[in-house]
Order: sequence, then structure tokens, then C-alpha cells
Amino acid sequence: MEILVCVKRVPDTAENEFELNSAGNDLDRDDLVYSVNEWDNYAVEEAIQIVDNAGGSVTVVTVGDDESEEVLRREMAMGANNGVLLSDDAFEGSDGKGIAAILKAEVEKGKYDLILTGAQADEGAGQVGGMLAAMLDYPYASLVNKIEVKDDSSIHVGREIEGGNQEMNEIQLPCVLSIQTGINEPRYVGIRGIRKVASVDVPVKGAGDLGIDPAAVGKDGAKTRRVDYFVPDLGDGAEMLEGSTEEIIEKLIEKLKAKGGL
Amino acid sequence: MTQMFAYIPFKNGAAEDVALEYPDAAKKIDPSVEVTAVVAGTGADLDKVADAMTKIYKEVIKIDHADLAYPNAEQVRKALLDVLPHDAVILVPHDTFGMDLAPGLAVKMDSAYAADIVDFEGLDGKDLKMIRQELGGAVYTHVTSDVSSGAVITVRPGSFAPTEDTAAGGSVVDKSGDVKDLSAKRKFLEVVVAEVGDVDITKADVLVSVGRGIEEEENIEIAQELADAMGAVVSCSRPIVDAKWLEKSRQVGTSGQTVKPKVYMAMGISGSFQHLGGVKGNPFIVAVNKNPKAPIFQVADVGIVEDILEFMPELTEAVKAL
Ligand SMILES: Cc1cc2nc3c(=O)[nH]c(=O)nc-3n(C[C@H](O)[C@H](O)[C@H](O)COP(=O)(O)OP(=O)(O)OC[C@H]3O[C@@H](n4cnc5c(N)ncnc54)[C@H](O)[C@@H]3O)c2cc1C
Repeated sequence: MEILVCVKRVPDTAENEFELNSAGNDLDRDDLVYSVNEWDNYAVEEAIQIVDNAGGSVTVVTVGDDESEEVLRREMAMGANNGVLLSDDAFEGSDGKGIAAILKAEVEKGKYDLILTGAQADEGAGQVGGMLAAMLDYPYASLVNKIEVKDDSSIHVGREIEGGNQEMNEIQLPCVLSIQTGINEPRYVGIRGIRKVASVDVPVKGAGDLGIDPAAVGKDGAKTRRVDYFVPDLGDGAEMLEGSTEEIIEKLIEKLKAKGGL
Repeated sequence: MTQMFAYIPFKNGAAEDVALEYPDAAKKIDPSVEVTAVVAGTGADLDKVADAMTKIYKEVIKIDHADLAYPNAEQVRKALLDVLPHDAVILVPHDTFGMDLAPGLAVKMDSAYAADIVDFEGLDGKDLKMIRQELGGAVYTHVTSDVSSGAVITVRPGSFAPTEDTAAGGSVVDKSGDVKDLSAKRKFLEVVVAEVGDVDITKADVLVSVGRGIEEEENIEIAQELADAMGAVVSCSRPIVDAKWLEKSRQVGTSGQTVKPKVYMAMGISGSFQHLGGVKGNPFIVAVNKNPKAPIFQVADVGIVEDILEFMPELTEAVKAL
């Protein structure tokens, strides 16, 4: 099974407190900590496990800047065989469709049976996988939490639906799947693993290499654009309890008694 | 604005709540536009839902096809493409079905796509101004989509006010005949229903719910001790289940259980909409989080900025001493 996994470098929601820049139109990116999109680690782990059982290879790909190379190397340290960085000034400001179009061009350079993405990333849109599938005319399943390889032409996938239930489907290869957390336990990546892949060559491809019309992607090609970031007025948010821990607990207990919590 | 449509999801013969929320969303997009509901499926359930929708929408398009007995996104997409004008603006829920359907539909319609919209600020020429969240709700963004050649927009369920106006007196237009080939490369097999666990969190009056802030499996014990002292039950957010620290039946949220406690103690939970989507019945929400900017503080009744690993044991002691 030849598997391509699309990954992304994102601001880490656990490690950052997000502030706006002084102009108030973007995040203050100076001290942001970045990491691999959480969902992508599950996708890469799943790909490695499939290849361990069925043979083949795992390639990780990302659309991003030079710094995105580090997430490719991290996923290669997990066990992905190859990495490809798709990078070009013309890609900047792409909407979901732009990103999917760039990835499509790379998919068509190879011969993949299975293409995986994370269920969603920092933007929370969950769009790239479904768009890529439609552009390639491949079948698609989102929020996949189980994969069973049947034969060379089809697999069974479980999709997560509401209430913890699972929808089983048979899907023809090649296909695109977006992977939901919980499908596996992504393996730990240590410093040694990172060192091992430090000198592996990661090719960088731009619009020209991929045969992409720069006007069709990036800011100009985007039908949906982010105008700015903001943090809304909290309005009637929570009543914040303040003081020493002891005082807070005293106030909290009174409230819990009143509301039937104790 | 060209024509606007709303995709109506349903289960067991009843439209999902979002069907009542689209009219408010549509009004915010363009107060003058009429919205046409689209219902796809087959049989008596479909007819029942289509009829019910005529109370809310002036026009209800019905697509009846045996292949749509289970809503497979690939087949629903084909059916919609056969029926909708190419420059349609269509609203779809941002739920597990909408996430499956909408991105590919936008590609095939060659239209704009905007996902998980929580509010609309109206049209500015051909640009539709919208609000969405990023980074798990930590920041909001304004986005615009050029909707002049149509758009697929997924709206977050629960973000718009349900309509109380049920006197539309609309009619059903049967477009089943327009649907062509619905063969698909993905075939639905079955639904595997979730296992029930040993504890039923949906019945508890008080929940001590832990999120990723609990940091380690061993620390679940700290929450259990607090729950024991309070006569409460321990529930959790999704990452705790993904890590296998608690069983799936303890997970609160859209892909977990819907709970209706009197008091909900959110301990080290950031407050993503998928998590809060499982907290119903307007409970008294207490949030303890070490990040003063955590989104959970926007919905909690009481907020406390503390480290849960230090706060919970102290609270346990105080409760025991009562
Ligand atoms: C389709 C789909 C369905 C989903 N369904 C669900 C669902 O059903 N239920 C669900 O919960 N999620 C669900 N999710 C995941 C959801 O989007 C969030 O990723 C998840 O809810 C985050 O869980 P969390 O709040 O525990 O973790 P985080 O978002 O990582 O938040 C942890 C919080 O703990 C705080 N913290 C850390 N350490 C401490 C400490 N020592 N003391 C105090 N505070 C601390 C941090 O400041 C942070 O606010 C779903 C996602 C998708 C895409």
C-alpha cells in the first residue's frame, strides 16, 4: 500500500496563550510555539501500522514555509519513509481549495493507493481532505476511526458519528480519508529518532515543479478569505472567583450548595 | 443574492434541530431572501419530514430515492448536484454528516466554501461577511466569501436562534425525477452502536468532568476523590478517552454522551464546541482552568483560575469537612 499523509504545522493550543498583534488584525506570532497538528499524528501512525502489516511506504507532505520542514522530519522520525515540502510564495493566502489544489498536483506525480489527512487542523474547517478527494474524483470518508484492509481494491472504514456510534463503509481504492483522534495511540518520538532523519533529503517543490498556475492558488485564487482575528467581548461570561484558594473554595461551596451540587 | 437552500438532516422521521435554526442564519445573510429547504432520503420518514418542513419553509424540495435510505455523503452530493442550480448558496450543518458532504460539494459546484460559521454579518456586494472560530475557540475571525458563483456554508448547530414561526404554509416540490445515477465508490454497511459502560453519566446530577488539564492517568484518582466527596460522577473530554484513561461511555460531547446534570464541574477543559455540545439542560457550570483566557470561561457560570491538580485536593478536603 502506497500511502500519502498530508500534515500541517500549527500553533500549539496547549502551549500558547493567544494574543492579537498591536494592529489587532493577526495573532501576535513572535513567541508562538508550533507543533504538528494533533490529528495528523494519528493519521501518520495509522499509515505506518498499515504499511507494517500490508507492505508499501508512507510519504508525508505539507504545504508550508521553510519552517514546516521540521514537522515533516518529526513524522519521518515516527517512521514515515519520505517527506515532501510544497513551498512557494504563490501558495501564501490559499483557502482550503487552494491547498487542496496544490496537494492534488503532488498526488498526481505519484501513485498512491491511500491518502490520509487529519480530520481538521488549527482552522477547524475540516475541509482539505474532502476537497482533495472531489478534485481527484476519489471516494472519501471523513472522521475515520477504523481502517481494515480487505484486498488490493477495497478497504472497510469506520466513521465516527454522533453519540459515540460508528458507521461502517466499504470504500474503493484509491481513496482519501480524514483521520479522527482515538483510532490508535501515536508512538512517542524521541531525540534519537529525530537525529536519525536529520540528514535525510526532503525535496522542496514550488508552483513550477508542480505545474500549478500561481493565479489559481494563493490569495488571488481564494474565494474565501480571512479578514482579521479578534477576541470578542466576554459580555456575560463567568463570574470569576478571586482571592486566596481558601477564600475561593469558601465562595464556591456556598454556590454549589445553592445549586444542588452538594 | 441568488437562491438560498438549506439541507435538512433527519433521523427517525424527525428533522434535526438545525432545521429550525437556518431561518435565523439566512435572515442574517440577506433579510430579503427566501430559503428553500432540501430533504433527501426515501419512504414514509422522508414524506413526514418534508411535510413538517412546509410549516417553516415556503418551498421544500423533496428527493426520494431508494439509494438514499442511509445518508451516504457521496450519493447525497450527486443528488444535490442534479437538483440545485450551479450558483446556489446552500447551508449545511457542521456536524459529522456535513463535514463528510460539504467540502466535496463545494468543489463539484465550483463555488466558495466556508466552514463552521457561528454568525453572519451580511452581504457587501458579492462578498458575504461571516464569523468563525479558530484554534479550538481561542480566537475568532472575520472571513468573507465571494458568493457570486454560489457557496456551500456549514453552520455550527446551536449558533442561531430556533424559529418559532411555524405558519409558512409552504409546499413540497418533488424533484426525485431529476436525480440521475447515484452509484458510489463508497458503500454503507452498518452502524455499530456504542457500548454502554459501567457508569451512566447521563443520569448524574453532578459531574466532575476532567479534560487534558489532568495531565496524567494517575491524576484521574484526584478527580474521583473529589467526585466521591461530592456524591458526583466523573466524566471527561475526548482526549482522556483517546488516551484510554477512561472508557468511551464517560465522554461528554457531540461524539460522546449528552448529559443534563444540575452542576457541571469542568476541570482543565478548554471548552470546545464539540465538548459543550454534549452539555445540555442549562446546568450550573463551574470551570477551573489555569489559563484565564480559556474559552470555557465564556460559557461557565463561575470561573476559577487555578491549577486543578492543586485545587481539586483542597476542595475535596473542604467538602469532606462540611
Ligand atoms: C468531529 C469531532 C468531534 C469531537 N467530539 C468531541 C466530544 O464529543 N467531546 C470532547 O470533549 N471533544 C470532542 N472533540 C475534540 C474537541 O474539539 C477538543 O479537541 C477537546 O474537547 C479538547 O479537550 P480538552 O478541553 O480536555 O483539552 P484542551 O483543549 O487541550 O484543553 C485543556 C485545558 O486544560 C487547561 N489546563 C492544562 N493544565 C491544567 C492544570 N494543571 N490546571 C488547570 N487547567 C489546566 C488548559 O489551559 C486548557 O484550557 C471532537 C472533535 C471533532 C473534530
